[in-house]
Amino acid sequence: MADKIKRDYSLVGESTRRAIETGLASAEWYHTDVPRKVMKELMQRSDGPAIRDTIIWIVAILGSAAGGIYFWGSWWCVPFFFVYGVLYGSSSDSRWHECGHGTAFRTRWMNDVVYQIASFMLMRNPVTWRWSHARHHTDTIIVGRDAEIAVMRPPDLLRAALAFIGILDFRYSLPTLVRNAFGKISPDERSFIPEMELPKVVTAARWHIAIYVVTIALALYMWSFLPLMLIGLPRLYGSWHMVMTGLLQHIGLADNVVDHRLNTRTVYMNPISRFIYWNMNYHVEHHMFPMVPYHALPRLHELIKHDLPVPNPSTWHAYREVWPVLLKQLKYEDHFLKRELPPTARPYRGEFHEVNMSAAAE
Amino acid sequence: MADWVEVCAVDDVEEEDVIRFDYGGRTFAIYRSPDDEFFATDGFCTHEKAHLADGLVMDDIIECPKHNGRFNYKTGQAKGAPVCVNLMTYPVKVEAGKVLIQIG
Repeated sequence: MADKIKRDYSLVGESTRRAIETGLASAEWYHTDVPRKVMKELMQRSDGPAIRDTIIWIVAILGSAAGGIYFWGSWWCVPFFFVYGVLYGSSSDSRWHECGHGTAFRTRWMNDVVYQIASFMLMRNPVTWRWSHARHHTDTIIVGRDAEIAVMRPPDLLRAALAFIGILDFRYSLPTLVRNAFGKISPDERSFIPEMELPKVVTAARWHIAIYVVTIALALYMWSFLPLMLIGLPRLYGSWHMVMTGLLQHIGLADNVVDHRLNTRTVYMNPISRFIYWNMNYHVEHHMFPMVPYHALPRLHELIKHDLPVPNPSTWHAYREVWPVLLKQLKYEDHFLKRELPPTARPYRGEFHEVNMSAAAE
Repeated sequence: MADWVEVCAVDDVEEEDVIRFDYGGRTFAIYRSPDDEFFATDGFCTHEKAHLADGLVMDDIIECPKHNGRFNYKTGQAKGAPVCVNLMTYPVKVEAGKVLIQIG
C-alpha cells in the first residue's frame, strides 16, 4: 500500500515508477453522468464574457497603476498598489489558466495573447507551464506524476505561509527562467515537455528575461523602485489572493486516487474573488470537465452538485476545515480529509484507488 | 482495397457534432461539419488516450475533452500544444441516408 512508502515528489523517481506500474498514471477517472446534449451546450465557447471581463481587468490594471504612479512617494499610493498587485500577481493566474485551456475566448488568438501576457506576469514559462498543466489534468495529485502539487506531504507549513507573500515562488520562478534562458532544461521538465517543444521553452524564457533586464535598467536609470513596483515585484506583494484561493484546490485531500471528488475541492466565494479567480472555485467541476468555460461553471455546478461533496460555504470555512488535517499530516502523512458525499451521489469506489480509505479519519 | 463500412444514419450525428464508432477493435470519430459534410478520424486523441467523441466541434476543429488539444478534423492536422501528432483521417461517403467510412 502507498502508506508504507515515503512519497517521492520528483517526476522521475520511485513514486513515478510505482504510479506507472500500478496504473495510476494516465488512468481513467470518475465522471458524473451528464447527457451529451447538455454537455455540448455547456462547452460552447463565446468571446463575449471574456472580452467584457478582460476589458474590466485591463482598465482596472491601468487605472490602479496610474494611481500608484501619480501618488508614488506618498502613502496614498498604497491602496492603488494593493489593487494593482492583486490584479497583476493573482488574477493573472486564472487568466493564464483559462486561456491555457483555450476555453476563455472562442477566438484562439485572444486566448493566446492573454495567455502570454499572464504567463509573463506570473514569471511562468508559457511553454513549460502549458505542458505541466496538461500533466496536472492527466494525473491530478498523483505523486510522482503531477508537476503542480502545491503542498506536499508531510506539509511544510512555513513554506505554505511564505507562499502568501510570493517569496518561495519568486525564488523558484526567476532562477528557472534564467536557467531556461541559458538553454538548460531539468530532468523533471523533460519528463513532461516533448523534445520538439524544448527550443520554445528557451525562446520564451529569453523574452521574459529581456523584459526584466530592461525594467531593472530603467529602475537604475531613474534611481527608483517604481518600474519594479509595476513589473516584477507585484509577483511578490500581489500573489496572496492567488495563493489563498489556489491552495484550497487540493490541499489536505486524498492523493493517488482517480476520482476528483476525493482530491479536489469546490468552495463558494464572494463575487470579487470569483472575478479575480474566474470561477475556479468550482474546481471539482473544472477538473471533471475541463472543456467547460469559466463562465459556465456555475451552471455545471448546479447540474452535478447532487453527485459531489457539499462545497465549503466560504474560504474561511475551508481553511478551518483543513487546518487540523494539515497538523495531523505532520505526524502521519497518510492522513487526509475524506469529504462526505450527499445521499444522491454515486459512492466513492475505494477499491479502484491505491489509497487506503480507512486512513481517512476526518 | 479497403472496405466501406456502414457507421450510422445521417441523422444520428447532429450538425457541428461528433459521435464515436467502434469497429474491428478500433475506435473512430465521425464528424458532421456546420456545412453538413461528414468526416472521420481516429477516435482517440494522439496526445493521450481520450475519446474525441466526448469533445467539442467548432467549425473545422475538434477539441479533445481531456487537455483541450485541437485538431482540424477535415485534415487531421494537430493545431498546437498539447497535441503535436496529426490524427489519421478516413474517407467518408453518404449513401441512401447512411454514413460509410473506408477503413484501411
